[in-house]
Amino acid sequence: MSNTMLEVRELTTKYITRFREDVYAVDHVSLKVEEGKTLGIAGESGCGKSTLALSLMGYYFPPLHYTSGEIIIDGHNITGMDPDVVRKMILGAEIAYIPQAAMNALNPTQKIIHFIEDVIQEHDLYVTKKDIYERARILFETLGLPAEVLQKYPVELSGGMKQRTVIAVSVLLLPKVLIADEPSSALDVTSQKMVIKMLRQLMETGLISSMIFITHELPLLYNVTDDIMVMYAGQIVEKGTAQETVFDPLHPYSKGLMGSIIVPEKGLRDVKLAAIPGVPPNLKNPPAGCRFAPRCKYVREECTLHSIPMHEAAGRRAYRCIIPEKELREIYAKEAYRNAR
Amino acid sequence: MPVEKELYLSASGLTKVFGFGRQKTVAVDHVDLNLYEGEVISIVGESGSGKTTLAKMLLGLISTTEGDIYFQGKKRDISTHRKKKEYWKNIQAIFQDPFSSYNIFNKIDTVLLDCIHMRGGRKFPYAKKVELMTEACSFVNLKFEELTNKYPFELSGGQMQRLMIARIFLLKPKILLADEPTSMIDACSRATILDMLMQLRKEIGMTIIFITHDIGLAYYVSDSVYIMEHGKFVESGSADDVILRPKEPYTKRLLNDVPKIYEEWDLSTV
Amino acid sequence: MKHTLRQIFRSGKFVFGFSIFVGILLIVIIYPLIITNHPLEIVGQGTFFPPGVYVNVYDSLGSTSYTLMLEDAAAKRIASKLSEGDRTAIKEWLVKAGIPEGEIDTADTEKLLDQWVNNYDPNKNIPGMTNAKRNYFIRLNNSLKGLLSTEGVSIAVKNTETGALEESDFVGQSEYVNVSQVASVRVLPLGTDNFGRDVLTELVAATRVSLQIGFVAGTIATLIGLALGLLAGYVGGLVDDIIMFITNLFTVIPTFVLLILISFSIGQDKRGPFAIAVVIGLTAWFWTARAVRAQVISLRNRDHVNLSKLSGHSIAHIIIADILPYIASYVVMALILQISAGILAEAGLSILGLGPRTTEVPTLGLMMNWAMIYQAQILGKWWAYFPVIVVIALIAFSLNLMNTGLDQVFNPALRD
Repeated sequence: MSNTMLEVRELTTKYITRFREDVYAVDHVSLKVEEGKTLGIAGESGCGKSTLALSLMGYYFPPLHYTSGEIIIDGHNITGMDPDVVRKMILGAEIAYIPQAAMNALNPTQKIIHFIEDVIQEHDLYVTKKDIYERARILFETLGLPAEVLQKYPVELSGGMKQRTVIAVSVLLLPKVLIADEPSSALDVTSQKMVIKMLRQLMETGLISSMIFITHELPLLYNVTDDIMVMYAGQIVEKGTAQETVFDPLHPYSKGLMGSIIVPEKGLRDVKLAAIPGVPPNLKNPPAGCRFAPRCKYVREECTLHSIPMHEAAGRRAYRCIIPEKELREIYAKEAYRNAR
Repeated sequence: MPVEKELYLSASGLTKVFGFGRQKTVAVDHVDLNLYEGEVISIVGESGSGKTTLAKMLLGLISTTEGDIYFQGKKRDISTHRKKKEYWKNIQAIFQDPFSSYNIFNKIDTVLLDCIHMRGGRKFPYAKKVELMTEACSFVNLKFEELTNKYPFELSGGQMQRLMIARIFLLKPKILLADEPTSMIDACSRATILDMLMQLRKEIGMTIIFITHDIGLAYYVSDSVYIMEHGKFVESGSADDVILRPKEPYTKRLLNDVPKIYEEWDLSTV
Repeated sequence: MKHTLRQIFRSGKFVFGFSIFVGILLIVIIYPLIITNHPLEIVGQGTFFPPGVYVNVYDSLGSTSYTLMLEDAAAKRIASKLSEGDRTAIKEWLVKAGIPEGEIDTADTEKLLDQWVNNYDPNKNIPGMTNAKRNYFIRLNNSLKGLLSTEGVSIAVKNTETGALEESDFVGQSEYVNVSQVASVRVLPLGTDNFGRDVLTELVAATRVSLQIGFVAGTIATLIGLALGLLAGYVGGLVDDIIMFITNLFTVIPTFVLLILISFSIGQDKRGPFAIAVVIGLTAWFWTARAVRAQVISLRNRDHVNLSKLSGHSIAHIIIADILPYIASYVVMALILQISAGILAEAGLSILGLGPRTTEVPTLGLMMNWAMIYQAQILGKWWAYFPVIVVIALIAFSLNLMNTGLDQVFNPALRD
């Protein structure tokens, strides 16, 4: 069995709003990423997936606050460490983060090489500019980016190139875990593909050991990741391999989510897209019991009584629903039969 | 194309040029388009391909640089406000971003009442108006009693987009131009919106033009697909032909670059 | 609307600025109700009376007198009479008379006078002293004698028949009157100006007129700017080009020069406060026009405007219902700045003597102008100009603070 690069145990973080209300956007989330693996996190907007990405770095700034749980990176527990130490020693070096609109984070008045100098000098004061340039050039060439980019200003680059540059800068210090939060959502399909190819390359060349990939685009997630976690209202509702989660979802929410996938492939026009009525709950006061209950087709009386734990299922899967796996499969089979007729 | 169907909207040599001199950009370049009664077509293009400009020209929101638009066989005339208003009774739109589609100072009632007034219902008694609004809201699974006296921004994105459909339900236009109607909303609500549009189409015999960057969505909803690149249509035809048997390299590339589920996604081709 | 107002009043900056401004407004409104004197009434025969309580001497003779035995009364009286020049002169004489310099303290009035009385001898010959100087010391000695006397003063009335003076009253050194019992007392908190007018009353009236000028000028500038900005931004094309040409023309000419030229060419007799306000308004609209145009251009392609068009609304309806509400906050902010700028422009013009020509009402700028012409700043008559500066600064400060507060509320990027 391979090394666990990142382990998170029961992590809970909250936002404190201007009106002093607590919003638990990440609620007792546990996850494990092994060396060489990519974990995908799927969910709709507002389900807490971006907050989870921020929380995983162990560095919190208002309005986000840490509540409980542990983050262990390659055997080192970073919870409870001094925030300044986390910022200097962990961020970038151990765990790197690419936010949604990363390409807009580039200061338009600075050349690309300047950012790289900034990043490296923050961690190593005695390195010369020439060494930095050499290091950056090698990295860029490994990743298939032209070295001329280093001497350019952000405005001279296309959106896709900017995004790939940011990704390259973020792995300069060879972090163990890379968290990519919708790294390609603002790009056209061709640039998206290039970004994905680059992320794959990072894993293959061993520049990063493991990756967490967050997106709401399920076909993309399926193509990039080994394992998928589905998030709903701050909680993980299903865990499994990419294959299992996409083609054989267990939780009713995952079922709906996977049923809404649109890909330009044969047979798409014959399928009826799944729709989930209603809106996700307000995380200021989520419903008691199952958080999906108000929108669930198969809701039972017990669902709303007390909170539902994760249930183990065949393989290494888990899902958060009180209906047993066998019964769920029967329900889905019946429904598929009804739809087909 | 079936001959007996009426040609609703057509455009020939439609061109839009922004700026002049050195800053000249051709957004839409001699585009021909034929839209028949009851059809659903999709115009697919990446950002900057000119698809939204084309939509705005078809809607009459911006002027055309060159080319003609024919509506129901006659050359479109929107030279005066009255004629424009008449044209807009026949062609309506749903925009991409529901959050910026509404005037935040107007209540939901105003949005719906505007539609009733446009259909000549200005003198209806208030009870009749409420009845119409209730009917429209229930068509999109919203409750008018809960919406009245509220502002659009108090709704979720999906609800706002449904309210947009309720608007179309009241206006009953012959043609609907849907500009990326589902790109800003969640996947789970997407099916609801699409279903409602298709049902509305059935109910009032509407013709729909989808403007989208999502080639999968275009394939799912439309009868025929137009692929647009740099202001030109590079390929068009029935959805099955264009998507499953693409001929043009651009279409092939576009299809190839979209992540798939059943087929292998070939990463080596970039 | 209610929500927005609540948010505005939660902004500390806005509330602080608003409080100052409302305070000024209240003073301007309430003060004339209590003090009903005409602001330009000339009360003082002479220029620049210092701030203080003015008690009628004649009336105080007639009021009940009280005897108070205050120890330091005499010392205070002498101290107030003995000028700094006299003190150094005394010291000079004493030193020349042979008193060691270390023993003389010009600040200790009593000791100094003691030394003087004990040592001064008008006949003593001091080498090197001119006759004039000697006479000066004799005069000084005589005046000090009067000071040091412990008797009071007789008040004599001329007998109209005989023409002889008859003592009618005697005022002792320890007699006092109660100010509240004196029939005529005038408080001049800020003294009088060069014309002998009560500065405070004048200042309040001037503030009112200046605020009115600011409001009129600001409103005119904002209205013109708004109308042209909306027209240029929404209609676009040739209309936009023409309006922007005029606006750019105005932008490149320094406003103040323009203001001076127009004010000058209106002519002395037509330059009332209202005319000046209109002139200021007419030369200040173009920044608003530019800003409004930019906002409208970004708004006119928004989806909600497109939707309104598709709903068959007319241009007028779209401008009023779909564009104006979106820029309303911006326009209010521009209005506030324009008011502030209008008040400052009036002050600037008036200092140059091109302000409202009027003898009926003062303005803040005119007060500064008068103070300057009569050299208040050189003579050290601070009360004639300093309070005016404070009021102008306070008005500009409060308005700008309100503007910043509003900006924070309306501009999410600045919100914390």
